[in-house]
Amino acid sequence: MTFSQDLALAAPELILAIGALGLLVVGAFAPRATTALMLASIGALILAAWAAAVGPIGRGFSGGLIADNASAFAKVAIYLASAVAILLGQKWFERKAIRNFEFPILILLAALGMGMMASAGDLISLYMGVELHSLALYVLAAMHREDAKASEAGLKYFVLGALSSGLLLYGASLIYGFAGSTKFDEIAAVVQGGASTGVLFGLVFLICGLAFKVSAAPFHMWTPDVYEGAPTPVVAFFAGAPKLAAMVLFARVLAEGFAGAADQWRQVLVLIALLSIFVGAFAGLAQTNLKRLWAYSSIANVGYAVLGLASGSSEGMQAMLVFMVLYMIDVTGFFACLTALSRNGRPMETIGDMAGLFKERPGIALAMTAFSLSALGLPPFSGFWAKFYVFKAALGVGEPMIVIAAVLGLVGSVVAAFYYLRLIKVMWFDTAPGQTDALPREAQVVAISAALFSFPVVMGALIFLDPAAKAAAAAFGLAS
Amino acid sequence: MTGILSLTTFTPLIGVAAILLLRAFRSHEDAQTINAVKWITLVTTLATFALSVLLVMQYDPANPGFQFVEDHPWFAGLHYRMGVDGISILFVLLTAFLMPICIAASWFSIDKRVPAYMIAFLVLETLVIGVFCALDLVLFYLFFEFGLVPMFLIIGIWGGKNRVYAAYKFFLYTLLGSVLMLAAILVMISVAGTSSIPELMNYKFDEHLQTWLWLAFFASFAVKMPMWPVHTWLPDAHVEAPTAGSVILAGILLKMGGYGFLRFSLPMFPQASDLFTPLVFALSVIAVVYTSLVAFRQTDIKKLIAYSSVAHMGFVTMGIFAGNAIGVQGAIFQMLSHGVISGALFLCVGVVYDRMHTREIAFYGGLVNRMPWYAATFLLFTMGNVGLPGTSGFIGEITTMVGVYEISTWTAVVAATGVIFSAVYALTLYKRVVFGEITNPALADITDLDWREVAIFAPLIAMTLYLGVYPAAVFDLTQASVDNLAAAYRAAIGG
Repeated sequence: MTFSQDLALAAPELILAIGALGLLVVGAFAPRATTALMLASIGALILAAWAAAVGPIGRGFSGGLIADNASAFAKVAIYLASAVAILLGQKWFERKAIRNFEFPILILLAALGMGMMASAGDLISLYMGVELHSLALYVLAAMHREDAKASEAGLKYFVLGALSSGLLLYGASLIYGFAGSTKFDEIAAVVQGGASTGVLFGLVFLICGLAFKVSAAPFHMWTPDVYEGAPTPVVAFFAGAPKLAAMVLFARVLAEGFAGAADQWRQVLVLIALLSIFVGAFAGLAQTNLKRLWAYSSIANVGYAVLGLASGSSEGMQAMLVFMVLYMIDVTGFFACLTALSRNGRPMETIGDMAGLFKERPGIALAMTAFSLSALGLPPFSGFWAKFYVFKAALGVGEPMIVIAAVLGLVGSVVAAFYYLRLIKVMWFDTAPGQTDALPREAQVVAISAALFSFPVVMGALIFLDPAAKAAAAAFGLAS
Repeated sequence: MTGILSLTTFTPLIGVAAILLLRAFRSHEDAQTINAVKWITLVTTLATFALSVLLVMQYDPANPGFQFVEDHPWFAGLHYRMGVDGISILFVLLTAFLMPICIAASWFSIDKRVPAYMIAFLVLETLVIGVFCALDLVLFYLFFEFGLVPMFLIIGIWGGKNRVYAAYKFFLYTLLGSVLMLAAILVMISVAGTSSIPELMNYKFDEHLQTWLWLAFFASFAVKMPMWPVHTWLPDAHVEAPTAGSVILAGILLKMGGYGFLRFSLPMFPQASDLFTPLVFALSVIAVVYTSLVAFRQTDIKKLIAYSSVAHMGFVTMGIFAGNAIGVQGAIFQMLSHGVISGALFLCVGVVYDRMHTREIAFYGGLVNRMPWYAATFLLFTMGNVGLPGTSGFIGEITTMVGVYEISTWTAVVAATGVIFSAVYALTLYKRVVFGEITNPALADITDLDWREVAIFAPLIAMTLYLGVYPAAVFDLTQASVDNLAAAYRAAIGG
């Protein structure tokens, strides 16, 4: 590989890196040009998504960066979600009279980091991607400076995130020490036919670090607090795309680096998946704040995605990819609804606030109903299809442990059904305490489009998403 | 005539679109708009009924296989596949028949959020017809499961005092059963490599696997049916639901359980069905006897009829798992007959509830003095419920029991006592509500049926009597498919 070929593989990253730095310079001189900066960032993201979709395939930088179908699939989804996040967030900050021109640039940097996570080919680029996107997210969480809760959220996120990065790094160093390489393919050669205790030790630390990033139980504690405190449009962003990136990275590490130790990591993942599903389902029952509720919902949902990973088959990877993309659209739409809603200038964040919403704002109420039913896994909403793929893959493996886990997971979804129903009940059955404020247009558009995607567009979109995810999953090189 | 099934299934959605359009142009709910919404709904449901009649007329009774089949590939190996056979076609007809009646019954009694109510019913109609027409497991599951949502809203928004509790109970109970079925569906797809129902009927699942799959499907259908002991959601749902909601629930939604047993359990898991037949018989007999006794003790008219539904569904499960042609024929007939009669009984309750706003049996008495036509109508359906010869209820019970008798004499004998119990509670109810002198001064001015109510009851009366004296109308249509099913089942279990 020549250097120019390496650069061609990294085209999306280069676009984003150069774009972010360039816009930072522009912003430093013209901090008031927020709209122009916003449009330029969105343009950079779309360009990067295009570059990822049509770019060359291969391994560059001596194996540190992988551009394949899986990374392309993930990058297109991540970059587009980031573009939506900029649209949603910029206007929100402007309405709060917080004129930070850094917002779109931070999202660009986060997107750059997430893209690197999806493309990581060794432990070094893995760590770089994780840190780059995490640092951008810590700042984003605390961006609403006057708000004590947002600052608290940012700090909590940072401290616990640093802890998880430490775990990640420690695991990586153990793996390097025992396997003798940081590259996934070389590690794979060492762990063929089972990992040694030392490597396994490292792998467990690595899994813990990644589980923290995707907020899977028992590493989920930060999620409800951060979701509650951080600005709602920012939550819309980091509830979706970063998790997709981390899950792809998760899949990459397990499938390309540790396929030989599948029987060993599978148990860990099944445990994480089941814990997440049940923690999400039961702890969610006690929540009254919708942002916290959806944090627990996301914990449960990540549990399902991890169950797809635990299947360890190509079908399982495909299921995970479909799941995360569909979930990302749902969760973005849901938080767009919360972004849109306020009453007398106060954001509507508790379940009680939503009373009688259907009568007053039928569009948003229908959208939130769709997201609730989708999260509940009710057909024909996108959440059902997401679970459909995961459980089909899990039950198709035929491994008794996974089959039992899948059935337990389905039962867990019935428990969670209770709180989704409560939201629907409040919106549809109860009477409203007062008028809501006018809805901001951009949040309304995002919410309604995501709801329309959730049903009925998803039923057509899957015709294209299914083969795309299949091709992406094939890139991990697992047996079907 | 390809496409007619999709047309029948999705016609109600055209009505939904029309209502939404109307709402888009007239945002405030004046009386004129509300009226237009009601008429749109009624016309749509009548059009659907016309289509389903056309379907039955075009249906070839001699062909036991699936007809009017539509098949379009979808994604991930799934298909949009529709078709009906002798087992499902009458359920389509029943659904389309009861829907306009429900709409007419809700004409004045629903006064809040009328457009949403009508939309919920139209969506429900599409979903229920879809359940009976779907020939792809996943498509079936889509229709089956999403039906929970409109019903949840119907109970929860337009229901009685305790509606939220009832709506939750209904939803969560059914959901728990369904997710187990979903697991079974996914296992079947990955084992057999297809989601096509006709292909799966010919696929021989391993016997050990069959047991698990059967249990998973049973979890879903037994709740839906409902069978003792998972029937407890039904009385609550019925009591709280608005009249039309009860009619749909008893008339159609319960039948999805029986249909499921016929479509999946018997043909796909014959060995497991045979293995579990004693269990089903036991549960059915308990349902027939026990819930009849429970019904006798009720003080709420609707609750009494709800329990009687559970008892009547006991006959259906018994007939199905007798696994012979006559038992299955009887079960299908009983489901149709119960759909008409229990629907009509709930409408009878609705008539007095609309006037007096109570369902307490003790509140009423002596209605015959003020409402002779009502008394006559109520009597007919009470007799149908008891199973008096000449009504459709009799045919259903007798054929089912003949079928069961061939397989298990004791089951049939014990179940027969249920017929007596049903006479006890039904006649007692009738006596306490209708006969005697009016003692409650509130009833002094109660009015008899008006023209709208007569128009609602007329087709139901006609259907009850017609099927009672000419059951061959049903049997001729179902014969070929049922014979086929029973023969395949008998061959598979080697009996």
